[in-house]
Amino acid sequence: MSDRIFGGLGLLFSIFYIWQASLVEDSFMTDAVGPRTFPYILGAGLAIASLIIILRPDAGAHWPAGRQLFELAMAVAVMGIYAWFLPAVGFVIATTLASAYLTWRLGTKPATAVLFGIGSAAGIYVVFKLALGLSLATGPLGI
Amino acid sequence: MDTLIALAGGFAVALTWQNLFFALIGSALGTMMGALPGLGPANGVAILIPLAFSLGLGPVPALILLTSVYYGCMYGGRISSILLNIPGDEPAMMTCLDGYPMARNGRAGEALSLSGYASFFGSFFATIGLAILAPQLVRIALLFGPAEYFALFALAFATLGGISSTNQAKAAFAAFLGLMLAMVGVDTQTGTPRLTMGEIHLYDGIDFLVVIVGLFALSEVLIFIEERHGGASAQQAPAIGRIVPSWSLVRHCMPAMTRSTVLGFLAGVLPGAGASLGSFIAYAVEKKVSDRDGTFGKGDPRGVAAPEAGNNAAAGGALVPMLALGVPGSGTTAVLLAVLLAMNITPGPLLFTNNPDVVWGLIAALLIGNVMLLIMNIPMVSLFARVLLLPSRFLMPVVAMISFVGVYGISGSNFDMMMMVLFGVLGWALRKLDVPLVPVVLGVLLGNEMEVNLRRAMTISDGDWSVLLASPLAIGLWSIAIAGFVLPIFTGAMVKRRMKATAVAESAIAEMDRGD
Repeated sequence: MSDRIFGGLGLLFSIFYIWQASLVEDSFMTDAVGPRTFPYILGAGLAIASLIIILRPDAGAHWPAGRQLFELAMAVAVMGIYAWFLPAVGFVIATTLASAYLTWRLGTKPATAVLFGIGSAAGIYVVFKLALGLSLATGPLGI
Repeated sequence: MDTLIALAGGFAVALTWQNLFFALIGSALGTMMGALPGLGPANGVAILIPLAFSLGLGPVPALILLTSVYYGCMYGGRISSILLNIPGDEPAMMTCLDGYPMARNGRAGEALSLSGYASFFGSFFATIGLAILAPQLVRIALLFGPAEYFALFALAFATLGGISSTNQAKAAFAAFLGLMLAMVGVDTQTGTPRLTMGEIHLYDGIDFLVVIVGLFALSEVLIFIEERHGGASAQQAPAIGRIVPSWSLVRHCMPAMTRSTVLGFLAGVLPGAGASLGSFIAYAVEKKVSDRDGTFGKGDPRGVAAPEAGNNAAAGGALVPMLALGVPGSGTTAVLLAVLLAMNITPGPLLFTNNPDVVWGLIAALLIGNVMLLIMNIPMVSLFARVLLLPSRFLMPVVAMISFVGVYGISGSNFDMMMMVLFGVLGWALRKLDVPLVPVVLGVLLGNEMEVNLRRAMTISDGDWSVLLASPLAIGLWSIAIAGFVLPIFTGAMVKRRMKATAVAESAIAEMDRGD
């Protein structure tokens, strides 16, 4: 069943893609093929592949439910929030929080997780910023 | 003779303290990443590219660092296969079959050192093969026009889907998806923005580094979180025992290593195949040739030497089409292609004339790195076996955070980091659905080049589509592409399915034989 849904989504995406490709405007420079043809071909190819997946699906995939799904959604949310607020908060604070959260959810005890969060953020900061000179996000505290 | 002179020049490039240092770091990191289940060559290299890029390394040191990681992974994968019966990465799957029984018989040290020699043997001769074969391939590649290149790209996708996937439709889906993603951004030919939906950040296209790190590295982290698999692979330091194999044992395995090296190298050169196929073919053939007393699967040393020589040889072989044609032969070489592209170096025939220092420096560095790897993987193997004690609840958060550091380093924008999280989720879902990720990455990498070649061919022919089949060379490439994609459907001999089946069946048999 999940293959059929997947194929259906692929089909919808290819229709959306072809529609978006049809909106591409010509510029003053042109060539024999134009900017829309190859995207059309690709969209059609994806549609065909999706149809075959719908018609001949594999055995269903095993999807997480309930708690597992919640864990995953939370982890993705934490990473998304991390990505969004990193420049505002600064590397060390953001990384401490995100890294502590992830290790806690993978089974580390809360106190150890906090220590690990601080340690990993500091470690990455020292190695990449101080030793290798990479630019990391600088927050209001300067770290 | 030319090759020797070029290689000497390569050694001059590689033998600087900086490059030797990167080869050493890369080999050590690679061995560790290979040994750790969950980190393999593709995602290991993927995490490191943005870092190499943001550190402003030149093309030669960056490439040396990352290919050393790649070679190192091929060595390291066997450690957990032998000691724990868990493949450290995909190519090491076949090593479990005889390596683990050997370890159970108290010959873990011998299995490790023998497979170390086999790895060295395989990659050493494959690197020599690379140095000899790649320049020849370049000569053929110079005959290629845009239409032939377009066919060659199609060939790479077709064989990738045909040989290494269990479901052709899903492999095709993945390839088209990757190519479609590559189309986003300003059209290189006419300068019009395409498929950006008005988002300014997308005018530059979707950065392939973001796609690669998201698909390969973050999706792996998500899989670990989903399974809440936070423990270490090994509970205590594994007992290794005597690490020097007797000379007679090495000589006993020599024919197996030689055969496997040749087969592995050829499997690697084939576009779209790669190291997993190399080790599978090497093991399967060796079993056919030498298994007269039914000892394979019960700890036959030749069953350890063959897949290790095979996968290391395939790793070297896979670099041939990547360097000479710009068409990678496997997932990891696709990621290495990304390194070259990020450094503004176009692989392919011109690479050998324009940047001989890059090519030959790399080859020389691989030969040097191989010696380093041999030392790390035989006398120091117990040290590296200790990384198996590292619990993934500590490892995976660090992998995630370093992925963010790398992507932040490229652009400093949170748009790219959000995209990476998005691709992480996409990669997780595609893995669940058994859709291969490598064609997606290959599509993102090659999409623009593929379209440019199509449009060049069509401009030359003034819009006549028959130009795509105008030369015998093009027709030949298309025929191989179609055969490579379609034949597996009829023969039903999809290697990956058989690989899994063999691995499962044989380990089940081995379990029964041991009676536990």
